[in-house]
Amino acid sequence: MTWETVIGLETHVELATKTKIFCGCTTQFGGAPNTHCCPVCTGMPGTLPVLNRRVLEFAVKAGLALNCSITRYGKFDRKNYFYPDLPKAYQISQLYLPIARDGAVPIRTKAGEKTVRIHELHMEEDAGKLMHDPWIDQTRADYNRCGVPLIEIVTEPDFRTADEVIAYLEQLKETLQYLGVSDCKMQEGSLRCDVNLSVRPLGSSELGTRTEMKNLSSFKAIARAIDYEARRQVECIEEGGRVIQETRRWDENKDASYAMRSKEDSQDYRYFPEPDIPPIELSEEYLDGLRAGLPELAQAKRERYQADYGLPEYDCRMITSDRALAAFFEELVALGVPPKQGANWIMGEVLGALSARGLEPRDMRLTAPTLARIIALVSEGKLNRNTAVKVFEAVFDSDGDVDAYVKEHGLEQVNDDGLVREICAKVLRANPQSVADYKGGKDKAFGFLVGQVMRELKGKANPQAVNATLNQLLKG
Amino acid sequence: MELRELTALELGRVIRRGQVSIVEATQTALDAVAARDGALNAFITVTGERALERAEQLQAGVKNAQSPLYGVPMALKDNLCTRGVKTSCASKILGDFAPPYDAMAVERLAQAGAVSLGKLNMDEFAMGSTSETSFYGPVRNPWDLNRAPGGSSGGAAAAVAAGLGWYAIGSDTGGSIRQPASFCGVTGIKPTYGTVSRYGLIAYASSLDQIGPLCRDAADCAAVLDVLMGHDPHDATSLPGLHDDWSGSGPRVDYGRLLAGLTGDIRGMRIGLPADCFGDGLDGEVRAAVLSAAEVLKGRGAEIVELSFPVLEYAVPAYYIIACAEASSNLSRFDGVKYGWRAEEYDGLTDLYCKTRTQGFGAEVKRRILLGTFVLSSGYYDAYYKKALQAKAVIKAAFDGAFQQCDLLLTPVAPTTAPRLGASLSDPLKMYLSDIYTVSVNLAGLPALSMPCGFDTNRLPIGAQLIGPHFGEGAILNAAHAFQLETDWHKRTPKGGEQA
Repeated sequence: MTWETVIGLETHVELATKTKIFCGCTTQFGGAPNTHCCPVCTGMPGTLPVLNRRVLEFAVKAGLALNCSITRYGKFDRKNYFYPDLPKAYQISQLYLPIARDGAVPIRTKAGEKTVRIHELHMEEDAGKLMHDPWIDQTRADYNRCGVPLIEIVTEPDFRTADEVIAYLEQLKETLQYLGVSDCKMQEGSLRCDVNLSVRPLGSSELGTRTEMKNLSSFKAIARAIDYEARRQVECIEEGGRVIQETRRWDENKDASYAMRSKEDSQDYRYFPEPDIPPIELSEEYLDGLRAGLPELAQAKRERYQADYGLPEYDCRMITSDRALAAFFEELVALGVPPKQGANWIMGEVLGALSARGLEPRDMRLTAPTLARIIALVSEGKLNRNTAVKVFEAVFDSDGDVDAYVKEHGLEQVNDDGLVREICAKVLRANPQSVADYKGGKDKAFGFLVGQVMRELKGKANPQAVNATLNQLLKG
Repeated sequence: MELRELTALELGRVIRRGQVSIVEATQTALDAVAARDGALNAFITVTGERALERAEQLQAGVKNAQSPLYGVPMALKDNLCTRGVKTSCASKILGDFAPPYDAMAVERLAQAGAVSLGKLNMDEFAMGSTSETSFYGPVRNPWDLNRAPGGSSGGAAAAVAAGLGWYAIGSDTGGSIRQPASFCGVTGIKPTYGTVSRYGLIAYASSLDQIGPLCRDAADCAAVLDVLMGHDPHDATSLPGLHDDWSGSGPRVDYGRLLAGLTGDIRGMRIGLPADCFGDGLDGEVRAAVLSAAEVLKGRGAEIVELSFPVLEYAVPAYYIIACAEASSNLSRFDGVKYGWRAEEYDGLTDLYCKTRTQGFGAEVKRRILLGTFVLSSGYYDAYYKKALQAKAVIKAAFDGAFQQCDLLLTPVAPTTAPRLGASLSDPLKMYLSDIYTVSVNLAGLPALSMPCGFDTNRLPIGAQLIGPHFGEGAILNAAHAFQLETDWHKRTPKGGEQA
């Protein structure tokens, strides 16, 4: 029998607000345990939550960008359960009236294009972290993460393959990063994903019994966990068994998942409306304001770059892979840099320099006017491409002054034809063996001769001029 | 001058005139506590040394006093957080918990120059109508030591009645200020929901809790509310644009808004008497006293309007469902993990939770947590909690209708006067039903006041309740003030505990 895998995702995304969802504490990752806390986020008796308006704004922006309808009259609800990482013993979340619903995210895989439906998007607070110290057999609680704002994005069971899931997550990550609402760093836990998966005979319209998989800390882990779980369920059914509705934990080291708890032990969270936070009423003006302020997203940029600048699709994807990078590119173009040249510099030198230093584009100090100046000097014939790269490396970290550097180091391209001719002749005289090799058919010798000339001229010569002159002299 | 016979405003006046020092007033109150509280048990914690130190500091600044209550000694119900001072909610489970911060109400009082004598006994987590569920033992009624003072702010009512401080701050979730005020013969007001910040009030039922004063008379209530009311950005249910917006720093000078409205002129004011509040189950002496209060108000020019309030029967069940539901969630944080008391022996996390909560909470608190957990459980939510919310909406609408016909409602506070100690706990359902006249006010978020209006044949005080529309504190206080200009019930003082 042929089986079909059916997957739905629940993705938790930490919002990039400076302060927590219900108090003024910092949301910064890390910090010594229990130093980013106050009476409110540690749930001290008598304290009350006050909604951070930025959290609402970020959640609405995310909802709009994911094509959701925004809830005009929303509420928070309490999800009650006991656990030491949750100091109030309830999580403030949204069940009955989530901030956004019914969205759609277009994705593209090798198999083609499709749309993933978003069931809902809601706001909630993160819990703390427990650290078990096996040495003293004690568990310690760190409440720094308590109250960090999250949005949970729940899809419909629209995925059929791990490829689709990854394509969706990449699209989601790109969108949220473009909006500036999250940095989506999986390694810091600011994007976490639970996979709901079931299998059914291909062609069936009924859903099978699903399992929920947690602890997936990378896209790679997600893909492996999906393949593993689909195979496990199929094998289970083919052996005459029955899939049990349960929560499973993915163990990355063992490349396998383990049952955590079954539906029978699932808790009754006793949700009810949070009485400490008044209902959220959003005006049409408020939504219009946010809609108008939404940035151009990556897909739109890609289409525009292809249409307006004639850039190849590959270039468009590379440049729009990061919002800061795309902004850098657009600034270059605005400064008069030909788009393709700008794209080449970004895909080559800029990305190379960033990756060599382990930096994100938004952390780059080099500004667009500086790179534009380098590119301009090349087009004006004042720098050759290789020297330009050296200048780029020199000014990259400090956004240094290009003209001053070029002048100080005497790097201006040598455009003196007489001098070039003189040096070429000198090099030919000094290397009779290479000349003989070249004339004997060894093309490689020509490259050596060019290199010698460039060395004499400290790399500042126009390579085309050197080639032409050498050719002329060798033929003469 | 016998300081204990003065009202808070009168004491504030002689302090500002330099006739009495703040230290002298504080010492007088502490002496009274020492003499009588052994019998009354109104205090859980007396902070005598702190109070005297504070009194000395305040005396130095008496010339710049802004508030009419500057330097007046008072006390706080033990569910209001006080920085560094034990705050127990009268529960074993909080142990010696000393909060790291002051409640906003406490900050406002401090800013106005209040001297706190300590923390007052109450029903555990404000759950009860008699102040007998306290881990620290029952409070006794100063009018009869064998009777309960009412609850849950029983310590506050007993302290003010017996002169252990000139006013007290309580909280009212379903009548917890008004009913003990009534049983102890003092004046207490629960203001409109959202007018006094709940920040730092350890929650019982968040959507119903409201802080308010218990005082010698209506004028003192006005003066204390002038200190307490105002927007607080720390409380999202606190309403903006009322009173001042002082939020914990900088000077604050406007202390006279409600006080200035106490003209005693209530001519033309329409006072509604809901027939449903004077029916079966109401003690005859209480009925007579409240109706005679109506006559007094009429004598000062008010118009008496008879009307019906047919939704009264929904109030108690709706109240207990909503209050217990919220309480079951609010009290979950008391688990022995982070602060307070923890069971001595346990085996693993679940056992730690179980033993701490089983041994740390009293019977009434556990009853309400179980009730609340049940009504929120999957499959029961719609049948109970959702219905209770619908009943709440119906009650709100009924009040709106009533306030089309009158300016204020006059009702009893409780069906009887103070019960004997131990008589209520054996029958919780009966105890819940005795809240019938007070709980609907909390469900609707309205302001209401309890004032003494007579005594029964057992020489126990009887209270009358004035209920107003949202933000109707001014009218309520003025009507009560007018009543107190005509009567002296509020001036009578009990002897209970004096010989102890």
